[in-house]
Amino acid sequence: MVPEMGHFALALALALALVQSVLPLIGVAKKNLLWMGSTRATSVGQLLFVALAFASLMWSFVVSDFTVLNVAENSHSLKPLLFKVAGTWGSHEGSLLLWVLILVVFGASVSLFGSNIPEAVKARTLSVQAWISVGFLSFLLLTSNPFERVFPPPPDGRDLNPLLQDVGLAMHPPLLYFGYVGFSIVFSFAVAALLEGRIDAAWARWVRPWTLAAWMSLTAGIALGSWWAYYELGWGGWWFWDPVENVSFMPWLLGTALLHSAIVTEKRDAFKSWTILLAILTFSLSLLGTFIVRSGLLTSVHAFAVDPERGLYILMLLGISICGSLALYAWRAPMMEGGGLFKPISRESGLMLNNLILAAATGSVLVGTLYPLFLEAVTGEKVSVGPPFFNITFVPIMLPLIFIMGIGPFLSWKRSDFKGVLQRLKFVAVLTVLATLAAWYFISGGPVLGYVSIFFSVWLFLATVREWALRIRLFELPMATALRRAKGLPRAAHGMTLAHVGLSIAMFGFIGSSIWKSEEIAFVEPGSVVSIAGFEVTFNGVERVRGPNYFAERGSLSVKKDGKLVTTLFPERRNYPVAQSSTTESAIRSTLAGDLYASISEPSSKKARESGQWTLRILYEPLVNLIWVGSLILFLGGGVSLSDRRLRVGAPRPAVKDAQAVPAE
Amino acid sequence: MFRILVIMVVLLLPPVSAYAVEPDEILPDPVLEARARDISKKLRCVVCQNQDIDSSNAGVARDLRLMVRERLIEGDNDKEVLDFIRARYGDFVLLNPPFQPKTAVLWLTPAAFAVVVLLAGAIILVRHRSKPGADVLSAEEEAEVREFVKAQQAGNRT
Amino acid sequence: MARLLASLPFFIALFLGIFFLWGLNPDRDPNEIPSVLIAQPVPEFQLEAIEGLSVPGLARSDLVNASQPIVVNVFASWCVPCRAEHRVLTDLVEREGIRLFGINYKDQPADAVRWLSELGNPYERIGSDLTGRAGIEWGISGVPETFIVGETGTVLYRYVGPIIGDEAVRKIGTVLKQAGAFASE
Repeated sequence: MVPEMGHFALALALALALVQSVLPLIGVAKKNLLWMGSTRATSVGQLLFVALAFASLMWSFVVSDFTVLNVAENSHSLKPLLFKVAGTWGSHEGSLLLWVLILVVFGASVSLFGSNIPEAVKARTLSVQAWISVGFLSFLLLTSNPFERVFPPPPDGRDLNPLLQDVGLAMHPPLLYFGYVGFSIVFSFAVAALLEGRIDAAWARWVRPWTLAAWMSLTAGIALGSWWAYYELGWGGWWFWDPVENVSFMPWLLGTALLHSAIVTEKRDAFKSWTILLAILTFSLSLLGTFIVRSGLLTSVHAFAVDPERGLYILMLLGISICGSLALYAWRAPMMEGGGLFKPISRESGLMLNNLILAAATGSVLVGTLYPLFLEAVTGEKVSVGPPFFNITFVPIMLPLIFIMGIGPFLSWKRSDFKGVLQRLKFVAVLTVLATLAAWYFISGGPVLGYVSIFFSVWLFLATVREWALRIRLFELPMATALRRAKGLPRAAHGMTLAHVGLSIAMFGFIGSSIWKSEEIAFVEPGSVVSIAGFEVTFNGVERVRGPNYFAERGSLSVKKDGKLVTTLFPERRNYPVAQSSTTESAIRSTLAGDLYASISEPSSKKARESGQWTLRILYEPLVNLIWVGSLILFLGGGVSLSDRRLRVGAPRPAVKDAQAVPAE
Repeated sequence: MFRILVIMVVLLLPPVSAYAVEPDEILPDPVLEARARDISKKLRCVVCQNQDIDSSNAGVARDLRLMVRERLIEGDNDKEVLDFIRARYGDFVLLNPPFQPKTAVLWLTPAAFAVVVLLAGAIILVRHRSKPGADVLSAEEEAEVREFVKAQQAGNRT
Repeated sequence: MARLLASLPFFIALFLGIFFLWGLNPDRDPNEIPSVLIAQPVPEFQLEAIEGLSVPGLARSDLVNASQPIVVNVFASWCVPCRAEHRVLTDLVEREGIRLFGINYKDQPADAVRWLSELGNPYERIGSDLTGRAGIEWGISGVPETFIVGETGTVLYRYVGPIIGDEAVRKIGTVLKQAGAFASE
């Protein structure tokens, strides 16, 4: 009963989406306010129905209704409740339903909370959003119905892949999708602007909060996925340039460019073509990601259900939306009036370089990810493009950007006094060089790239802090005055400072954990001691334990430093009998200075196994937690910007009473 | 029976966790061992989905790791070891695609992007530099402004 | 000029779309790796016979200058699909008269002997590859894999996976016929 309700609700949502994709546009053409305003009813209606469908699926999982095929294939009665709930979006069908849910959430939000957006713009935007809804809802209903039944129901489910039974990973898709799908609304705004034939500073201001929200989610989703890979997959890595990781990273790169380009459009009425193009491309890359993960096109550890038929449907959706919007862009964009002039040394030129470099980086990742497919199609040969390629091409393109990021905030709009900027940065430059030399002296054994990266990270950190300090005149005025100035600054300024600082901190984490990582591998038996990074680790033996749906061999490790016991670690080898697979659960001791990361496994060598030995692997990853800390600060920076009052207050309307002066920037 | 199960799990199912170099593979010479680890990170595990042989616990991956070390002990340099494996498994096994006619597009594209960025940056600099007087008012314009301001102030006083 | 630049993204997207369409071809297996050995001479290797089996071992010299094309099958007693394939291979030997050599991959001799005595031994020669080293020379990634070697010792074809089902048997048959395996009948 409940699944059928959910199924019917989806059909109703599709009907509403069809109405919303046509009626408001006719309303705009005929200047009919009623029809334009119909979006309120249709978008909220879509939200209610899709939410109902989502809730029915979740309920089926929670009560373990195995007559629903999706539940039977992805769940098990013994699974802990949290993972039963998360199983709702753990499969192709379920995750697509989540995708659509977030799509309609954004649509309804614009309708309900976008009071400062003119009716015609809102109508067009929500119509475009509805086209996307129609596409995905029909895809769901026609090829990927989550509510399909199976009779007779199996006695129990097939269980969810044990790798996915993890809190971090349960939250990763919702956050990621909020990001991917959030950019759909920016896409809709962009296409609506192209349809209207003009874009102005106000448009950029309406678009900014949605862009920020989507960007924040994507940042969190990627960071969470990375963190999960780090502690779950068992070998201390956090990024593998796997195709599916790349397709989440590319929208993030372009989304960052979009965020910054929109600022120029808002402040200086320039970069219009760029911003529109970025808005279209960012969402296009999100769609591309959806396609690649579900179509079986590329090999990847992540790939979902591999089904070429579904892949074809998504490709059609992709073709229509991407080629359609880009064709519209090719036709309309040149008509958009250009904006303000600016000098070579100005904030605009800095942001122009930002756009270009991020686009180049995205392009490199795209080429690397798709090249194996391209080559195979043209010559039939197979080639691998792995981490070495991406590291060699991506890093050199991005490092100059890090340098520019340090200077950018010092530049003023339109034209900037370069000598003055250099003067203000002199001290920072000297400190950076000193810090790099100190690193070179005290931290030995690194490749040149390591010290070069340290240089750029320190530069970014110091330059960002220096800019903030200068703005509030921290060292010139008494502390209280400076702090008052800080409070008076628009939140977006703090957001920028936080975000850039967050990135620099994360960079320290990237550098420490990849370049200065150390590792020890040994056969151990109870009593063996392994030394690493100043720690003495004693292996105490292994015992058998039981979990809700697994058996495990749990090792015990005593970690001592300078003779004192610091902690005990319990790495496990788990075996999930129903899913017939096993996982390695590493044990990690985390501090800001670094992680001690241990795992055990049965040796391949028969001799070692027969003498009761285990293989112990310990990694020491310096500063790795700065990656997560930095990402969090990056995320918060976005949040602080989002909370800026100016994003919610529209342009002052000529009112009877005096309008409150809004602090301008 | 258990051993068969373990091997089946290892070879027939995708390797789920990785962390694969075993203590009995490690060479006594740390320099050679470091080179072996480095080379292993450049070789693809052919039975896995997108992993290198250094981090895969598939049987073939282990064999290849041992093979790499054998070649290093024989005195091959890094390139010769990679070529040895490549001769048997094809270019697909190299995670760093070699620069050849068929991968020219792959390697040149990022370079092309970098060049485009530099060019674009240069063009911006040159283009805007050629309009020096854009925001400086000429003498007549200055006079016009002064008149206008005077008139406004006069108007305000009435 | 602006129009041209603005149309560029559209054409790039179209271009990529065509490749994706091609990539969706259901016959395409993104995990399949082409063998480097095709049209190359048989690799250098020398394997002893399985201990306890009267069938002789296998080396490169046995595959060069043979009287007819030879099927080289890589198998192991611990490999479940090999069991299913064994039936088909025995059939091909007995009914079609193909010459079948084997490489016993990473198998304990006692296990292999037991397996073959239980299922029957269609192999004329079997090399015992205890370490998997010969397997690497042949560029195999798992078991079972089957190669077809021509009379001059050139590798003509590689089949990954068990040879079961009409499709697989037909493919092998076609290659063998082209190589002249059945000409002497």
